[in-house]
Order: sequence, then C-alpha cells, then structure tokens
Amino acid sequence: MSQHLKDVEDILTQQRADDVVRTETRLGELMIWTRPQSIVRLLTFLRDDASCLFKMLVDVTAVDYPEAEERFEVVYNLMSTKNNTRIRVKLTTDEENPVPSVVPVFSAANWLEREVWDMFGIMFSGHPDLRRILTDYGFEGHPLRKDFPLTGYVEVRYDEDQKRVIYEPVKLTQDFRSFDFLSPWEGMTKHLPGDEKAETPEEGAQNG
Amino acid sequence: MAENHIKPLTLNFGPQHPAAHGVLRLVLEMEGEVIERADPHIGLLHRGTEKLIEYKTYLQAVPYFDRLDYVSPMNQEHGFALGVEKLLDIEVPKRAQYIRVLYSELTRIANHLLNLTTFAIDVGAMTPLLWGFEEREKIMEFYERASGARLHAAYFRPGGVTYDLPAGLMDDIIAWTEHFPTIIDDIEGLLTENRIFKQRTVDIGVISIEDCQNWGLTGPVMRASGLPWDLRKSQPYDSYEEFDFDIPISKDGDCYARYLVRVEEMRQSLKIIKQAIERMPDGPFKTEDRKVSAPPRAEMKRSMEALIHHFKLYTEGYHVPAGETYTAVEAPKGEFAVYLVSDGTNKPYRCKIRAPGFLFMQAMDFMCRGHLLADSVAILGSLDVVFGEIDR
Repeated sequence: MSQHLKDVEDILTQQRADDVVRTETRLGELMIWTRPQSIVRLLTFLRDDASCLFKMLVDVTAVDYPEAEERFEVVYNLMSTKNNTRIRVKLTTDEENPVPSVVPVFSAANWLEREVWDMFGIMFSGHPDLRRILTDYGFEGHPLRKDFPLTGYVEVRYDEDQKRVIYEPVKLTQDFRSFDFLSPWEGMTKHLPGDEKAETPEEGAQNG
Repeated sequence: MAENHIKPLTLNFGPQHPAAHGVLRLVLEMEGEVIERADPHIGLLHRGTEKLIEYKTYLQAVPYFDRLDYVSPMNQEHGFALGVEKLLDIEVPKRAQYIRVLYSELTRIANHLLNLTTFAIDVGAMTPLLWGFEEREKIMEFYERASGARLHAAYFRPGGVTYDLPAGLMDDIIAWTEHFPTIIDDIEGLLTENRIFKQRTVDIGVISIEDCQNWGLTGPVMRASGLPWDLRKSQPYDSYEEFDFDIPISKDGDCYARYLVRVEEMRQSLKIIKQAIERMPDGPFKTEDRKVSAPPRAEMKRSMEALIHHFKLYTEGYHVPAGETYTAVEAPKGEFAVYLVSDGTNKPYRCKIRAPGFLFMQAMDFMCRGHLLADSVAILGSLDVVFGEIDR
C-alpha cells in the first residue's frame, strides 16, 4: 500500500473520527466505512483536503446482502489523479432509509446514483432527478437485488392483432436450470486441509 | 407589446439515428436552434450483464465482456482478467502479459479507427470510413488468427490467454505496422487541416480538466483537456512499465483536440506493438497453476490428474478467495474497471462494470448546453460512446 494511502488513513481516523466507522486495507486497497449521515461531509473532505485530493468519483455502486440487518452496501470509489491513489468509501443501508445524495459534491454521482436506485432500489435523498435509467419505461422491481429472479417477471413481444408491443408474464419453455457445482466436500482449494502451508499469508505480505 | 413566452421546442433524437452511434434517445429542449437541455435516455440495449455474471462461473463470465464495448472487446476482458487474478493472487507468465499488451494495443487502434472515421462521417467526411474500416478488418483478422473469432474473442482469460500465437502471426503484424502509418497519414491528410472538419470541431464541446474530474471523464477526453493521465503509465498493469511510449495531450479540450489525441494514440500504440513483438519472451502463455487454467490436451491423454483438473475446471470452475477489488485498465475509451466482490465460491457475488461511456453520456447535457443542434452530433462523435458498455 502506498504511503499516501497510509497518510489518508491516519488523517481520517484522527481528524474525522465522527464520520469514520472503521478502516480496512485488503489487497492493497483502502476501504473506509462510514454512515449515511456522514457521507456528504466525508466525501467533501476527501475531495478538498490538501492531503487527500480525491477529485474524481469514478464509481458508485451497491452490493446486496439479503441476510444482513441492513441489506445494502453502497460503495463509492474515488481516485486522486494528483497522488495516483484510489480509495473506497462504504456504508450500509436498507430499502427504507435513504442515503444523502452526493451530487452536490461530485456531478458524476447523478447518473451513478440513478443506476443504483434503478438496480437496487436504494433511495438517495436530495437527488435532483432520481428516475430509472437503464430499465424500460414503466419497469417494476429492482433487478440486481438477490431476490429478483434472473429470468425477470415479464417479457415483451409485438402483438400482431393489437399492433403494439405487449407485456406478458415470463413463460419458460424449459425450466430455469441452476447448476449447483459446489460440492459438500472440500472443493478446489489450493492446499489440502490441515496442510500447514494452507494458512493464508499475513495481511501485510499480500499488499506487496 | 405583450411579452409572449414561447415554450421551448422538444426534439427527439433517436432511438434509431445514424449519428447516435447505437440506440440512444436524446430528448433535446431547443430554443431556436440552440440546445437548452439535453436529456439522454439510455438503457435501450440493457441486457443485464451484471446480473447474468452473478449466475456464471468466472470463466463463463469472460465472453460477456466482449459484448460490452463491442468495438474494443479485449481491453475489457483484460480488466476482468486482472481483477480475478488479483483476487486469486496468481502470477501471469511474461509471455501472456506481452501477448495481452500486444492485443490491447491492436484493439486500441481498432477502436480509434472506428471512432475517428465515424466521427468524420458525422461531420461530413465519407472517405476516412472506407479507408479506416479496411485496416480495421485486418486487425480483425489478427484477432481471428489468435483467438478464432473476429469480434467476440474471449481471448484474455484469468491466468493468461487462451491460445498461444500461431506461427507467422507476429511477422504479419510487424508487416502491417510498417504499412499502417501511411494510412494514418492519409486519413490525417483528409481531416486534420480540412476546413470543413475544423469548422465543425474546433471550439465545440470544450471541457476543462476540472470539469472532466467533476464529471468523471477519463481517457482521451481527459487527455485532450490537458491532464496527462493514462493508467498504462500511472498505474501500470501487465508489464506496461517496460514499454516506451508517450501520452499525447492537448490543451484545448474541444472536439478537434480529442480527434488529434486519438490519432496520436494510434501512432503510440504502434510503437508499443513493435516493442512487444521484438521483445516477446518465450515460455508459457497461461499460468501453470492447474487449479486455475486447464492442462494442455495432450497431457490429458496421459495423466489422470490432468483429466480431473480439466473436468473440474469446466464444470465447477475455480473458487476465488473471498474479497473484493476495484481493478481498472486504460481501455481505448477511458478508465474501464471491474468492481468484483467474491464470496469464496465459484461465481462472482457481484461484478460491477464501470464503463467510461456511461459518464461520457451523462456529460452530454453539460457539454451540449448553448451549442447548436448540429454540434451535438459532433460532441457525441468525439466522446466515443458505444451503447454496449453504457447500457450493459
């Protein structure tokens, strides 16, 4: 991990203790956990502070963990062209609680948040234009949620009699097949269980 | 005289329009011929790639990346392959890295040829398209000889590349690199000092470095605004640090600057291609780790272990240790990245694809405001958008 990321981690844990829940470094990538109410403050700090200068929001996305108490993880990926580093800011939320929009901080967030709303149904409060973006006009549901079936619910076709495109429930000519290859045995692991070499190396050793 | 408020004219551009570079519906609010607001409606090509990838093994996910930005397929496979390799913590053999660099740069030329020539046709120049596509076709042939497919190659896979380069291919690529600069010169001869082309592009769609950063624009668009930022240099992957090439930039940030940057990038890519072939190392073309890449067919006829590995890899696939990574490559259009979350099984838990074009399309509104209707076509052409990756 680069020196700059270490500095950023120190600054955040010392100066922004209220906004930062915890920090973590995996595979050389720095992750910062925060809370929805702090996100605008934290991203503004990361953008403007002279020691951070993460001036680009390259990506906003989410991950769905249906079993978790707050099922969604919203992930902001930032990049600093000045210091040549990247960080990831994360927070958790659920279907009901909106996340404050970061459009005032980064204009790029506009469509990225619209996409997260469309795909996951996470609401962003204060977003200027929270419409669906990728799915069809009048689409219902949020496709990237884990409980949304891969085949979807409706299919479209052109109806020759009505002379228009109509929506119908999905009819599968063949059942959807989901192959579960995960064997109850050890699966394909690099090392045999019980092998002393199987222990994963220390966190620092991987970062290289 | 009472002041009359005239409702601005709403103009529908697309979804089927030759200058829309795909299926884009652009709703324009016009004040006379001046664009007041542009509202791109995207998603007409949405195929749910990210959802599909969650139901496929890591190897089965590779071909989806060809179908994102279908004019530069290999660069996207590259991003995915690097992400999976990072999670697997495996080392890719040098030869595989060089083959990847070679093909990434060929893809970059193929992409820029398509973009520059269709951009030219958008603003009224027909001939570059005919010349450019002839060369593009030759690159497709190189694709076919290496991977067996002209477009959807599925050539870069986690662990290396699918096949080794066939005998004689590198000589033919070198012969092509000798001849190709004359084609660039010819295309430049038609466009660079062309009065009509310059009238249509100079000072159109100007964007500053600050706006590029604010709107998340990367790649040639950012470099045309003056920031020398190229992931091949700044965050090198797959031996890019061993190659000698320059990053072209411009200070103007208009459509013409973006055209010039792309032309120069093609010349720089040629330099990289020549170096990659000259210094192409020997050795394996994919990792020898049999838990990730299948053994050669000949070995399977003799070794039971190899047969088991082959069977397991093509049914269950390999398990990727739990973790997450955001891995970016410099695709021809800009920063293409894969945010990969693994839960330790044989399928990605989440695979977010960060397409550069998505943010370009978002910036259309910002860049088109105050421009004439005809300029929107020039801006769209100069941004280099492909809807396969925007809609995913």
